[in-house]
Amino acid sequence: MYNIVAVSFGEIFLKGKNRGSFERKLIDQIKYSVKDFEDVYVYRDSGKIFVEARNEDMDEIIEKVRKVFGISVLSPSIKTVKDPDEIIEKAKELFGYLLEKKDIKTFKVRTKRTDKSFPYKSMDFSALVGGKILEKFSSVKVDVHNPEVEIFIDIKKDCYISSERIKALGGLPVGSNGRALLLLSGGIDSPVAGYMIAKRGVEIKTLYFHTYPFTSERANEKVKRLKEILEEYCGKIKLYSLNMLEIHKAIRQFCREEETTILARRFMMRLAEKIALENNMDMLITGESLGQVASQTMKSMAVIENAIEMPILKPLVGLDKAEIIEISREIGTYETSILPYDDCCSVFAPKNPLINPKLNSIQKSENNLNIEELIETVYSTMEIL
Amino acid sequence: MIVYLDNSATTKVRKEVLDEIIEANENNYGNPSSLHRMGLRAEKEIENSRKSLAKLINAKPEEVYFTGSGTESNNIAIFGLSNLNSKDNIITTRIEHPSVYNVFRKLEKKCKVKFLDTDSSGRIDLMQLKENIDRNTKIVSIIHVNNEIGTIQDLESIGEIIKSQNVNTKFHVDGVQSYGKLKIDVNKLPIDTMAFSSHKVHGPKGVGGLYIRSGIKLNSLIYGGGQEKGIRSGTENTPGIIGFGKACELINSSFSEERNKLYQLKGQYIKRLTEEIPDTKINSPADSIAAPHIINVSFKNVPGEVLVHYLEDKGIFVSTGSACSSKARDNRIIEALNISKEYEGTIRISLGYFNNFEEIEYVVYNIKKSVEDIRFITNKRG
Repeated sequence: MYNIVAVSFGEIFLKGKNRGSFERKLIDQIKYSVKDFEDVYVYRDSGKIFVEARNEDMDEIIEKVRKVFGISVLSPSIKTVKDPDEIIEKAKELFGYLLEKKDIKTFKVRTKRTDKSFPYKSMDFSALVGGKILEKFSSVKVDVHNPEVEIFIDIKKDCYISSERIKALGGLPVGSNGRALLLLSGGIDSPVAGYMIAKRGVEIKTLYFHTYPFTSERANEKVKRLKEILEEYCGKIKLYSLNMLEIHKAIRQFCREEETTILARRFMMRLAEKIALENNMDMLITGESLGQVASQTMKSMAVIENAIEMPILKPLVGLDKAEIIEISREIGTYETSILPYDDCCSVFAPKNPLINPKLNSIQKSENNLNIEELIETVYSTMEIL
Repeated sequence: MIVYLDNSATTKVRKEVLDEIIEANENNYGNPSSLHRMGLRAEKEIENSRKSLAKLINAKPEEVYFTGSGTESNNIAIFGLSNLNSKDNIITTRIEHPSVYNVFRKLEKKCKVKFLDTDSSGRIDLMQLKENIDRNTKIVSIIHVNNEIGTIQDLESIGEIIKSQNVNTKFHVDGVQSYGKLKIDVNKLPIDTMAFSSHKVHGPKGVGGLYIRSGIKLNSLIYGGGQEKGIRSGTENTPGIIGFGKACELINSSFSEERNKLYQLKGQYIKRLTEEIPDTKINSPADSIAAPHIINVSFKNVPGEVLVHYLEDKGIFVSTGSACSSKARDNRIIEALNISKEYEGTIRISLGYFNNFEEIEYVVYNIKKSVEDIRFITNKRG
């Protein structure tokens, strides 16, 4: 039935002067989301973006485009030339299609005319089309106040006829709001954190820490898969990976066992900050949620954060685990996150981790370590997955 | 340097076998069921392979059936032999391969199922077996060589006990790890059916074999064109079967030499590992009751998975019997053997045709290095 989908923006309207560049970012993201389809044409026509594609691809196209941030509503539409007879034919066709899908008793036709050279005024044309529909489908009535179905005829450079509305994700187009580095672990939380920040228009890159050979190469594949799921929303995402083994060895050798997690996390932040600064990113993102594990108590988070200057965004900080799981199911990362390849050997996890670490004693422990050298050693293990 | 020591998982196809597979795919691609000459030619080759398989266990060719895998053979035999009702009982061991173990778990819904215990060497308790067989015992299924530690079960005594307790009880043997490795003579063993697999003996994947003693009737699980006398319908995997046949022929031609070489390799590995690395525990039993190709070993406080990853970095490929203790996956075989906690990180070194004595020092050196490194990292200072 449909040969095009009309894209309505969400908050972009609020952004005044930036609107043009936001729209271009959005178009880029939409183009990326449908890159695997042939004969797709994405363009602007008087304040809306349109995605034209083959009829048979339309359902899948809508599914892909729906995941692009910055869109409020999608309207699957029929694109026609601006010929009144042709429009009437297509409107009747669309109405018949809708009538097959569900029982309709009342409807109305609404016309919007951006092109004033069209020979009918909006109201007159709505009445004309409505009359033709009534002629063909005798079981329905017009109700201008509270119709079950509205046939919307949007006359721009071309004409677009639509009725169904699909709610999209909202947010802002990725790339419209700066860049940040997500610490992606392979668990449930971090992909959700990345999703939430990306939704606010932030372009994200990702960083994964492993301890091969204490973790499996299969864990890399899992993190890659999570990154790919996020890419459905965010476009292409870079994934850095670093091997933390040397740091863990040093901590194991020179520090107290119960401090392991806090110390390791502080190193992770330093490494993340280094990568972020070198790649023109302004903030870090983590999936921490207050109180979830020992390293996520108020005190632990404060001590960990103290290791660096760069701000850390923690969009899940106030959410319960169940709420996080719900989002991860919605965005499609949950099933991958629960695969059993995460740190299969928790040999580095202390038996009794600190929950109230003291900054000065942690700093004292770090005096036993050559921080600069360890950072350089681990940094040199960088791979782009 | 690549040293492949995971031959109990699967093996590399031998060159002579590969040549035959390619030849069959290129020139002998007819359907054995076809009336014409090409069909006949394929059929002949399959019958030749059947002879090679049969010879290895001293069976008659007509007692050997081709299937799609060892797993399929086990399923066909166990489901096919037992027309079960709720009064019946069936018996197997705690240390079966999943292709038998999970079949018995499934059958628990239908009838009484007994899983026999083993001692710490992995051998089943013959008294317990005897006590559990009664007039309603339909089938006993025993793994000949356990795939994790290599223990050989005494099939002769087991078979005698079964038949003396109930002459109607069927005796199925999972021979996937023993086929081609141990001398098997089905005429001297009181067994009814036995499963084996091509890719464990340097043949291609996707082919299995099933021995069914003459006179034993099996119900089919798969219906279709009636291939393999109705036991396994579906167009024969001719190239795979030819490859399997070739692999068996090669084993036949130098059986004793190969077996002796494997035992010597195994002995040398065990000797050198225990000499070089303190706190090493060999979990495989003594050679008198163990297969020539499987060495199950633990190093105190070394998680098996971590050691596997260390070794893969050096081009050495072994497998692990258990996950590390933190999130111990259910490993019923290690559990059945009662291995103490600090030794539960086991690895399995399994040998094959391509292994040689030159590799041993390289492997032992790298295991030693890795074990030292892992122990250093995981043991706390002071």
